[in-house]
Amino acid sequence: MSRVALALAVLLLTATSLATAGEATPTAQDPVTQARTMELARKLRCLVCQNQTIADSEADLAKDLRQQIAEQVNAGRSDSEIIAFMTDRYGDFVLYKPPFKASTVMLWVGPAFLLVLAFAILYRTLRRHAGASEATALTEADRARARAVLEEHMEGESPK
Amino acid sequence: MNRYLIPLGAFVVLIGFFFVGLHLNPREVPSPLVGKPAPDFKLSRLDSPAEQFSSTSLRGKVWMLNVWASWCVACREEHALLVDVAQQGKYNIVGLDYKDQSTDAKQWLQQYGNPYQLVVTDPDGRVGIDFGVYGVPETFIIDKQGIIRHKVIGPITSETMEKTVAPMIAELERQ
Repeated sequence: MSRVALALAVLLLTATSLATAGEATPTAQDPVTQARTMELARKLRCLVCQNQTIADSEADLAKDLRQQIAEQVNAGRSDSEIIAFMTDRYGDFVLYKPPFKASTVMLWVGPAFLLVLAFAILYRTLRRHAGASEATALTEADRARARAVLEEHMEGESPK
Repeated sequence: MNRYLIPLGAFVVLIGFFFVGLHLNPREVPSPLVGKPAPDFKLSRLDSPAEQFSSTSLRGKVWMLNVWASWCVACREEHALLVDVAQQGKYNIVGLDYKDQSTDAKQWLQQYGNPYQLVVTDPDGRVGIDFGVYGVPETFIIDKQGIIRHKVIGPITSETMEKTVAPMIAELERQ
């Protein structure tokens, strides 16, 4: 197969898989409850398929928890009450976005900190090397010798 | 000398993190309920569905709540151990039949043995949610005051039984 055809085939396959991936089939409910349920479900992690939200996951537990959320929404609980219900039983890991706490400071700050550290080391190393190159600048005597060597070896071509 | 010590030191620290990290299970979710009162529940008994069993009746006793199901393959791994331990008559083991069909559950117990003092059924998993159950099997060790003292995630191995569960229950019995 030609490279272009292959590339197009790959693109088509990924495009179709992106089209079908989406949120899990919703349970039959009135649209207002449905909307709020899914909004809350998108904030919570499915503990079975741990990279997905409860909104996206098709796991049984996710379906059960969506059902729970819907019931609590209908019972008039607030968003924070429903979230608290989940974290009381499953802990902070059930929140899809990790909270900013003393225990998660390294998680949130770590990458940025390492990046800054890496740049600092790079800067220091470059400064040191820039300083070193001053000492190896050519003197006039060196330049004359270089010209002589070049004239010897390059017949007919003048050094610039 | 310093130039080489710093990267070496950083490397040793990294290796330390790897050694610790590789021993951990990244999928395990620790329970926030350890140290808190076990949620009270009232569920139908598997052997006589008309009868309800209330967890408060176990106050004053140290007991294990073992969450299992007939469709759970991993549950079979720990089942022989539980049957064995139950035959010694040392522990109160209550089974929570999670999201299961009663006929399948009864058949499963007949096939693999029944280590439970009694089994209650949780067909829609609501009591499971209250306990923070996210997989099967899971086992909770509950003390005389009804406080959850430990949660075993996954099948109980003989090592876990020997090193964690048995000593803990012995200690809780003394209290």
